[in-house]
Amino acid sequence: MARVRLAGVGKTYPDGTSAVTDLDLDIADGEFLVLVGPSGCGKTTALRMVAGLEEISSGTLTIGDRVVNRTPARDRDVAMVFQSYALYPHLSVRDNIGFGLQLRKVAKSEIKKRVEAAAETLGLSEHLDRKPRNLSGGQRQRVAMGRAIVRDPQAFLMDEPLSNLDAKLRVQMRAEISRIQRDLGVTTIYVTHDQVEAMTLGDRVAVMKKGVLQQVASPQELYDRPTNIFVAGFIGSPAMNLLQGSLEADGDGDGARLALGDQTLAVPGPLLAERPALRGYIGRGVAVGIRPEDMEDAELDGARDGAVLDSTTELVEALGSELLVHFRITAAPVVTEDTKELARDAGADGLPAEAASSGLIARFSPRSRTAIGHPVRVRVDTGRLYFFDPVTGAGIWGDPAPAQQQKEGTHA
Amino acid sequence: MSTREDTAAVDPAAAPDPGQGAPQSSLASRIVSRLGSGLLQAVLVLIAVFWLMPTLGLFISSLRSPQDNSASGWWAVLTEPSQLTLENYASLLDNEGFVASFFNTVLITVPSTVLIVVIAALAAYAFAWLEFPGRDWLFLGVVGLLVVPLQVALVPIAQIYGGLGIYGSILGVVLFHVGYGLPFAIFLLRNFFAAIPRDLLEAARMDGGREFTIFRRVILPLGGPAIASLAIFQFLWVWNDLLVALVFADAQNQPMTKALQSEMRQFGANIDVISSGAFLSMVVPLLVFFAFQRYFVQGVMAGAVK
Repeated sequence: MARVRLAGVGKTYPDGTSAVTDLDLDIADGEFLVLVGPSGCGKTTALRMVAGLEEISSGTLTIGDRVVNRTPARDRDVAMVFQSYALYPHLSVRDNIGFGLQLRKVAKSEIKKRVEAAAETLGLSEHLDRKPRNLSGGQRQRVAMGRAIVRDPQAFLMDEPLSNLDAKLRVQMRAEISRIQRDLGVTTIYVTHDQVEAMTLGDRVAVMKKGVLQQVASPQELYDRPTNIFVAGFIGSPAMNLLQGSLEADGDGDGARLALGDQTLAVPGPLLAERPALRGYIGRGVAVGIRPEDMEDAELDGARDGAVLDSTTELVEALGSELLVHFRITAAPVVTEDTKELARDAGADGLPAEAASSGLIARFSPRSRTAIGHPVRVRVDTGRLYFFDPVTGAGIWGDPAPAQQQKEGTHA
Repeated sequence: MSTREDTAAVDPAAAPDPGQGAPQSSLASRIVSRLGSGLLQAVLVLIAVFWLMPTLGLFISSLRSPQDNSASGWWAVLTEPSQLTLENYASLLDNEGFVASFFNTVLITVPSTVLIVVIAALAAYAFAWLEFPGRDWLFLGVVGLLVVPLQVALVPIAQIYGGLGIYGSILGVVLFHVGYGLPFAIFLLRNFFAAIPRDLLEAARMDGGREFTIFRRVILPLGGPAIASLAIFQFLWVWNDLLVALVFADAQNQPMTKALQSEMRQFGANIDVISSGAFLSMVVPLLVFFAFQRYFVQGVMAGAVK
């Protein structure tokens, strides 16, 4: 178990493309850090550099007290769980798990003891003499885990270990990985593109985009105080609604008014007080983020002045516990590098550059009676609006007071 | 794979339709579905009999006296089983030159095959999984050597052997076979090794394996089928070779093929020696084939990566 530190780590391929740029991460002993981002963001490359499977082009990688830039994978004393599991097909489960110990010349009796203990932890005791081809997907995944934990390494590296499992099994294994990691207290770096995994597993989550680290923070802080539009749009499901708006001074009060197309929301004074930098945007355009869960059917919630958007319901997705209501307002969507990258990750070809209106998704209580084609009044929790610079995409927060922000920002 | 078989089994109506079925099922499975199992088996038996007939003829000829062989065809034993005798084999074993040639063949074939398999497996691993400068160019060279006919090398190599003093020796024959067997062997094994999922090697590296350990404990077991096929091909090729032996082996180091050839006369042949000797030379590769047969197991990679 050890601290893992990446200082300015970069990876440049011989053809000049850069997969990871100047990555700084400091992972504490026993911490569970999740690297998350869309495909091709460099998260797997970063992990493979820590593993020693990929050469480090620049920067310093430290595991424990050793700089291991030039140390081959076999001597780094880290264990990796591969996305494909990479089990040795010709070996039994027992030998698969014990392979690393055999290569390290551990005594046979000791190997037997440790393999059986690991199998016990993972519920594999009855399958020790089977070959991988006779195991189910979930069991193979466990064997891959077993191979890592039996070695008692300095750190676990996991490369999307759950992506080949079906949804139900994934939830179960997610809980199990979390339990095992906490029991063993081994420093863990976990790569995934699934933000639910990232949020549920990580002590801290590092969001990457195109090889560049965007933000490292606890899951809640990532959700509450995203550093830019990319993080805001990536964390949360359904994704945050992003709109172009403009801030105008409110005549008498200490608040402001936010114009979204032909509608207006009142920005409460306390929010402006918390984020003083926002004052500088009064009279200018601003990118606005509204989380689906910060909206509710005004009919249920009681409408307040300046906190309601009027529209027509376009689509209702009933999930039982909630309704996802799609509607449209006349504000233009935010188009920046970040939103393009998010759209690409979501599988869309690109945003309409000059659209005059944007589609929004709101999360309503199932008691809502809204129906397709009918007018809908959407109450917005204006105290939880997100603001970003429309050009740079950086979050507008004012002073860095995350702890306080986090406390006040949580749902009532 | 099982999915494909399942669909073929569940949906027989699709098979007779050539427009729909053709791209989905393999040639073999289409043949099977057209013929039905009973007819198919009859055809297979027929083909097998056709293939075996000359072998049977050779075998029976080797069990008849030269007089009988020149008087009638081998099928005469069907009516006169008393013709069968082990005399030919007895005299063959008394023929010291021929017995020596049998051992020469073994001495040529076994080292050639072993050397080719060992060197090619190591080289193939390097070509497939190690990064070193010029690797792709070197491999291109190996592929290029595949198309160089061995005849062009006969004269120059003979001269080199003369200079080295190994002309006519078994060593010379072995080296020639190894040299000409390697390009194909490396090519075959490299392509097989390259198809092994990279994750497996990386997992072994993470598990603490050095290159040679990975080669021995992961690649070799997984490469079993390819290595077994290569070994059989090489064994047959060298065992049956006549040309290289004619050029490079002198009388005392000649293998069986050359010894048999020398029994051919301008007016007829020593059918007793040739038939029994030829049958003997045929039996050994068959034994080798059956010995390695169990390594031709499909699906050894199942369960590795998913």
